[in-house]
Amino acid sequence: MKFTGTAHRYGRDIDTDVIIPARYLNTSDPAELAKHCLEDLDAGFVGKVQAGDILVAEENFGCGSSREHAPISIKAAGVSVVIAKSFARIFYRNSINTGLPIMEAPDAVDGIRDGDKVSVDADTGTITNETTGQVWQAQALPPFVREIVEAGGLIERTKARLVC
Amino acid sequence: MPRPMTITEKILAAHAGADEVEPGQLIECSLDIVLANDVTAPIAIKEFRKIGVKRVWDRERVALVPDHYTPNKDILSAEQAKMVRDFAREQGITHYYEIGCMGVEHALLPEQGVVGPGDVIIGADSHTCTYGALGAFSTGVGSTDAAVGMATGEAWFKVPQSLKFVVNGELGPWVCGKDIILHIIGMIGVDGALYQSMEFTGSTISALGMDDRLTICNMAIEAGGKSGIIAVDDVTREYVRGRAEREWTEYFSDPDAVYARVYEIDASAIEPTVAFPHLPSNTRPAREACDVWVDQVVIGSCTNGRMEDMRIAAEVLRGRKVHERVRLIVIPATQEVFRACMHEGLTDVFLDAGAAVSTPTCGPCLGGHMGILAAGERAVATTNRNFVGRMGDPTSEVYLSSPAVAAATAVAGHIALPDDLSA
Repeated sequence: MKFTGTAHRYGRDIDTDVIIPARYLNTSDPAELAKHCLEDLDAGFVGKVQAGDILVAEENFGCGSSREHAPISIKAAGVSVVIAKSFARIFYRNSINTGLPIMEAPDAVDGIRDGDKVSVDADTGTITNETTGQVWQAQALPPFVREIVEAGGLIERTKARLVC
Repeated sequence: MPRPMTITEKILAAHAGADEVEPGQLIECSLDIVLANDVTAPIAIKEFRKIGVKRVWDRERVALVPDHYTPNKDILSAEQAKMVRDFAREQGITHYYEIGCMGVEHALLPEQGVVGPGDVIIGADSHTCTYGALGAFSTGVGSTDAAVGMATGEAWFKVPQSLKFVVNGELGPWVCGKDIILHIIGMIGVDGALYQSMEFTGSTISALGMDDRLTICNMAIEAGGKSGIIAVDDVTREYVRGRAEREWTEYFSDPDAVYARVYEIDASAIEPTVAFPHLPSNTRPAREACDVWVDQVVIGSCTNGRMEDMRIAAEVLRGRKVHERVRLIVIPATQEVFRACMHEGLTDVFLDAGAAVSTPTCGPCLGGHMGILAAGERAVATTNRNFVGRMGDPTSEVYLSSPAVAAATAVAGHIALPDDLSA
């Protein structure tokens, strides 16, 4: 899978409460959740994000609650991939399980500015800053995790194991 | 002989059917309990249906607790709660807790003996790490993991490295489990235990009751931890005896088990602590925060809504009045705690002080209902998170503290220690 889009860059410890505030957790409808993505961090985000855009952040992205509404709202808002220096573990699992591509790439995060055009090859882990020409390699997913991703998420993998 | 292992590694090995496991290894484990609530279960149920199985793997091992937006906050919340209720009835789930039996999940399941020592538990709620206080491996996951757990009774894990926190010495006046864990989070940061298990040990931990231990493990996630754990001892045994609905197994770390890092902490140096906005790691001694005036105080939650918390709050509030500019909301975390508060006369203490006392709910902790903050308002809460907008408007602020500091703050109107209050 290849993605190209504009980078939206944020800081460290972006928690799931600012990704999707709890006042909207009385629904799990992706379209509704998308309307409020990152609302308490950057009220302008939903207005400026375009389909395929890339979220870039520093350490511990997605810390806090286990709400799967967080990766769901990011994906439904149009974000194609999240690149961060590190991810909180429940968010990491949830993204893998729900099919939101994520990449741990500290060097790339340091080399991408807000508004840069970035392309990502999720199969090879190559990240290119099209604005500056810099290229980085993200850490490869562990094979077991790649198996889940390649199956199309945890539900598809489970279905394949249980039904066959 | 298997390699020396920590408690966490031993529990995971036993549930993976292996003699030994090591950090970094990916394993599939059998589960003892799978938990979800009214916010996370609806997605889990939708995902469960997609798998194509008709029944949950074991109707006695799935716990569904509608505690976040209940009693129903609005129509959408009512629909979510109904979806959970209908699923519980369809599947014959034995651990479904209707309003009137319901409590805040992480106070309720240990109290009812649903979770016990040696268990592997996943819950679609990040504070599922609470049950580590019973000597279990317990961790928060998302709804999809919970759905697969409900269908198969299994989950995949990367075996975490373990961190050891050795807390020795005597705690000062009004210092409790909440101060210990806030102190630790302040020391290591909100990602200081990322992907790791936090094992708490030492003479101070041994001297703590179960409620304080549950508070400590509850907040392991606020340091990024995968789990928190305290080895079984006589305090644990006394707590689970008469409650546990299944046989339990005790595991202990080998003396030569390997830890990624060992922290030695002097308990006598820990003060009543407050976490300032907007991270639980932003800690300061409460005595340095007396210039922070507040609009609301919340005492409750899966972190500090248990009986010992209620007793400490009542001890501070007895014979005193809540400050005229403060709203005090007390939320006993379960029906049993609520009833015990009445029997011990604590409810009268709270009401006499001018507090609102609520039926169990997560409510204000996550900005759900029952105490939302307006723009610019400040709250002291015995809850676990103080992120931007956590309890309401994005410009509101939450300061985290123990029940003792929260109760004293409600009386003083600003952050205070019980000893600061006039008699």
